[in-house]
Formats: sequence, C-alpha cells, structure tokens
Amino acid sequence: MSDRMTIADRTLLEMFETMTKIRLFEERVTLEYQRGDMPGFVHTYIGAEATATGICAHLSDDDLIASTHRGHGHSLAKGCSIAGMFAELYGRETGLCKGRGGSMHIADFEIGMLGANAIVGGSIGLATGGAFAQQVKGTSNVAVSFFGDGGSGQGILYESMNLASIWKLPVIYVCENNGWAESTPVSYAQSVEDLSRRADGFGIPGYVVDGADVFAVYEVAAETIERARRGDGPSFIEAKIPRISAHYVGDTQKYRNEDDLEAARGRDPLKRFRSELEAAGILTEAAVQGIRAAVVEELDRGVAAAKADPWPTADGVTDYVYSGAYGA
Amino acid sequence: MYTAEHTVPRRPITLLQAVGEAMFQAMEADETVVVYGEDVVGGAGLGDPYEGAMGGTFGATRGLFRRFGPTRVRDTPISEAGLVGIAVGAAAAGIRPVVDMMWSSFTPLAFDQIHNQAAKLRYMFGGQASVPLVLRMAIGAGLGAAGQHSDTLYSIYTHLPGIKVVVPTTPYDAKGLLLESIADDDPVLFFEHMRLYNTRQEVPEDRYTVPLGSASVTRPGTDLTIVGISYMAKSALEVAGALAVDGIEAEVIDPRSLSPLDSETILESVRKTGRLVIVDESPPRCSIAADIAAMVSEQAFDALAVPVRRVTSPHSPVPLSPPLENAYIPDAARVEAAARAVLNR
Repeated sequence: MSDRMTIADRTLLEMFETMTKIRLFEERVTLEYQRGDMPGFVHTYIGAEATATGICAHLSDDDLIASTHRGHGHSLAKGCSIAGMFAELYGRETGLCKGRGGSMHIADFEIGMLGANAIVGGSIGLATGGAFAQQVKGTSNVAVSFFGDGGSGQGILYESMNLASIWKLPVIYVCENNGWAESTPVSYAQSVEDLSRRADGFGIPGYVVDGADVFAVYEVAAETIERARRGDGPSFIEAKIPRISAHYVGDTQKYRNEDDLEAARGRDPLKRFRSELEAAGILTEAAVQGIRAAVVEELDRGVAAAKADPWPTADGVTDYVYSGAYGA
Repeated sequence: MYTAEHTVPRRPITLLQAVGEAMFQAMEADETVVVYGEDVVGGAGLGDPYEGAMGGTFGATRGLFRRFGPTRVRDTPISEAGLVGIAVGAAAAGIRPVVDMMWSSFTPLAFDQIHNQAAKLRYMFGGQASVPLVLRMAIGAGLGAAGQHSDTLYSIYTHLPGIKVVVPTTPYDAKGLLLESIADDDPVLFFEHMRLYNTRQEVPEDRYTVPLGSASVTRPGTDLTIVGISYMAKSALEVAGALAVDGIEAEVIDPRSLSPLDSETILESVRKTGRLVIVDESPPRCSIAADIAAMVSEQAFDALAVPVRRVTSPHSPVPLSPPLENAYIPDAARVEAAARAVLNR
C-alpha cells in the first residue's frame, strides 16, 4: 500500500462499512426474494462493491449519479437508506419511490441519486444532462453515469460522449465491465479488449482500473472527479469487475462455465479489502464482526418494517404521472 | 373560450415571431430556461458576424444567442436521442431546457428518451422528479418536404402517460401556450404547423399564458360541430364560412392541446349540435381523431343524431408529388362534404 495514494484510515473504514453493507444487503435480498414475496425482478451487485464505493466516496449529496437495473450498490454507496430501499423493493407506500418503481427504478433525488434505470444505458443521457445543468447553473458539482459492458453497445453513449466532449461537461462515465451482458460474453460482443478505448474517439481521457481493487478505484475516481470539478470536462473509467452474482436472482447461468465463476469468486473485492486492512492493522476480526452485526441488525429492521408497511391504495394508480393538476 | 385582459399594445406578428417572442420573454424572466438544438444559433463558435446569424431553421430562435449568450443558447450536433436524453437529466437536475427538434419526423430517433425516460421518471420515482422540458418541432405537409419531414405525430405522443401535447393554431395562442409550456413542470411536446408560421395576428407585447387543457370555440354555431387539429382548425373555419352561405352554421373548435384535452368543451358542443366532424391531418389509425370520436360516442351517444365522422389523411406516408401530397392533406372539399354528410344536406 505504500506507493498508493494516501487515504485516511477513517475513509478506509467507511468504505469497508459501505462495501459490507452492500454485500450483506444483496445477500439478504437474494434470500428474501427466493422466499417469494418480493414482487418483480432483482439484480444484485455482488462482486462490484469496490467500484460504487470507491467512486461515491468522493461525492456529496449535491453530486449526481444515475445507475442501471443493478442499482442497489450505487444506491447504498450514495447514501440511500436500507429501510427506504427494502420498503421500495417490497412495493410499499413507504418505499423511496412509494412503491411505484421497485428494484430497477429505485431513486433518491434528495441525495443526488437520479435513479436506477431498467433501460440499458438509461443512466447515460440522464447523467450527462445532470452535468449540463451544473454547468448552466455554474456549480462545481459532477454527475456520474454507471453502465455495464452491455450498455456500451447503446448509441446514446456515443451521442452523449460527443456532446460532453464539445461542451466539457462535468460528467464521469463509468463502465462496469463484468465480462457478461446477461448471457453474452464480452469476447463476443466487443471487438476490442478495453472498452475505455471508446473514449479515445471523443478525445475523452479513458482509464482501465481493476474494479475489485477499491484503492485503485478510489484513486482514479479522485483524478477524474477533480478534472470535472475544475471544468476540464468528462472522463471514462472502465472498471473490470468480477460478476459473482448471476444476471438476476434465479438465473441458473447455464451459459457460463464453472471456471469462469470460480475465477470471479477468486477476485472478491470485499475479501481482498478486508485482508489488506487487517494486514495494515486498520481492521481487526472483532471490528469486522461488529460492523457486520450492525448491518445485519439494520437489515432485519428494514425487512420487518417493509413487510409490515402499507401497500399503496388502488385509487393512487395515477398519482405522480404529472405534476399538479392535469386537465381543465 | 379563453379571454384575457391585456392593457399593453398589440401588434400584428406571425406565428413564428410569436414563438420566438415567447422564448425570449421566458428566458428573460427565468434564468434556468435554456434553448438548444440544431442550428438554433447558426455559425456556432465562428464569432461575429457568423455566429447567431441564422437563429433556427425557420428563424424562430433569432436574436436569442445575441441576447443570452453561449451558456444558455447552444447549437448542437445531430444527436436527437442525446439532445432529449440530456434534456431529461438537465430538467430533473433543476433547469428548463427548450429543445428545438426541428421536425416532428426526427423525434422517433429520441423516442426511448421521450417515452421511457421523460414520460416515466416522475411516476416511477414516486413524485421525486420533475421533468420540466419542452420539445418544439415543426409539423405538416404542404411544402413538398415529403416522407421524412412532414409527419404530424402528435397522436403518438398523446398516447403516452406523462407527456403533454400542445398544438397551437393562432399566433396569440402559440405565444401564450409556449410560455405556459415552458413554465409547466412536466415534459411538453409543442407542435408548430409549418403552413401556419406566416399567419399574422394581433399579439400583445407582454408575457401572458394560455392554459393547457383549454379548447377554443373559434366560431359558435348550432348545426354541427367541427373539431380541427392544428392547421385543420384554420381550414375548418374557412369551410364554416362557405357553409354559412348555404345557411349551415358550424361550430368550430380548436382543442389547442391534446394532452390534456378539454373534452368538456367538445362534449358541450356536441350536446348542442348533435353532429360531429373531426379533421386531422394524420393517417387514421390510433389517432387523436379516433380518440375524440370514441370519447364522444361513449359520453354523448344520446346526443348524437348520426355517427361521428372523421376526415383524415390516408394510411400512407407523405408523398412528394403535388397531386399526391394534395390527396394526402384533408382539403376544404372533403371537409365540406363530411359536414354536409352528417347533416344530410
């Protein structure tokens, strides 16, 4: 760790807590979903924790992020409450989105989380627009767009990068490359190894980073976010991530060979970070257990509350379609 | 019928000028309003005298760049999906983009951003987001712009919950409705018929609004109701004039917005006249004409003396050749024939 950026112990511990929170939340979601009483689809972020965490560690509530269908990790890293998230996953009126959105459309605008988005690449135009608003308003806030290797196929990425580059918008494009777009491997879907090369075509600096190494992510995030805040424009980070979870909870991954799965598990970012912190004397076994226990307690409370909370009423089905009154 | 008190002078201006004036006044009053799109400035980045010289494909945005500068008035590359995607994010993050899409025919390039993002964000996020954007665009056949430059398309967007659709016919309405649309906190698609751009009317100088969801009875009558959309509202008035020579008094309604739609004004008229003709320069399937006809049949069936009659374009794209383009556009003769048919006269 000596030749790396110096990160305060406190920040390291906070990041460890965040990654633990994401991991335990997603494992709990997997368990509860399989019980059968959670509506809709869920896609878990297991294996990717270091990327959301290392990037969001630099962001305040005034900075913006937009995410994918696999949005729980970004949501928690940005500061969404566990209780609000569970209530939303269970479709309750008390959910972050009052039960209208669910897992794939979870959002918290008060802390700059512009939503998980179930259209692949949906975060890209949104975050670019969020950055455009910061420029018009003259703030030094930034916007981060998270999308996957699958999302790199969408035309909106290229249109947005072109616009961001000519206008020097304060946006960071984060491509979480986990090697799979559902069942399609990157070896098939892209003609180049490194997706960050897409940025070259727009004169945007591109970085490849080990997305399972929270130190590396933190460092490249610092540089790119600072560039954006200074007014020097967009950046593209390609974080190579192990896809430890399946595409969705319930996906049997018949298209994936066991070696690939094993290799992914071998790159577990949480295990790695824990070892690194223990080796540096920043974390003890007791501290880890304490952190985990606190998270589990919050998860228990969140699930219990969500299951007890009221459903939205049927007469509310058209609430929130428009602002204010609609029609004469 | 909407009336307004204006104590400031009125002067005759074109619908194009009225639209430009609305944007100018909106931008003066609210610094979060920004305008962008292809060629809205012209000569981007080239400095005097080139930059700002064009002011839009039709000239609607002339003068905005010189007054408000490059942060708030921007030309763009040709990236319709990107332009709308950015508009959604920017609107959700607290500014008010007014995007020039040029032709409604180009909006399908941005359909996902309109339908899956702009229309749905507020709802899916339980009211957390507002998306106060306006997309302005030209519509209509009649200038030989042919298949990919002449669509109306307002019916497609009327179908989408979360979107508002505005179709002004007069310069007065165009200015007031655009000011209202910009102030509206929801995504509004604003359709300007090309053949109306040069129509002239006395328009007040001040900043005023016309509400959405308010139809205009442009000609009172007792014998039949004619609802005309956009340019067809103007045609309907002309046909009503011809019918009056024969003692037929048509009531003409200009809906002015399709979402929200002022159905009550239409129903009230049908309850009075018992006969309805809808004129829509669009192909017939799943259109606003079909929507209004179904609504009236459902809610005023007992008042109807005869079935609702629609005069529409054929089920085809817009052709180039003048005899074909003329066959596409519902002309005065067809509208008059429909009016006489519902009256059996």
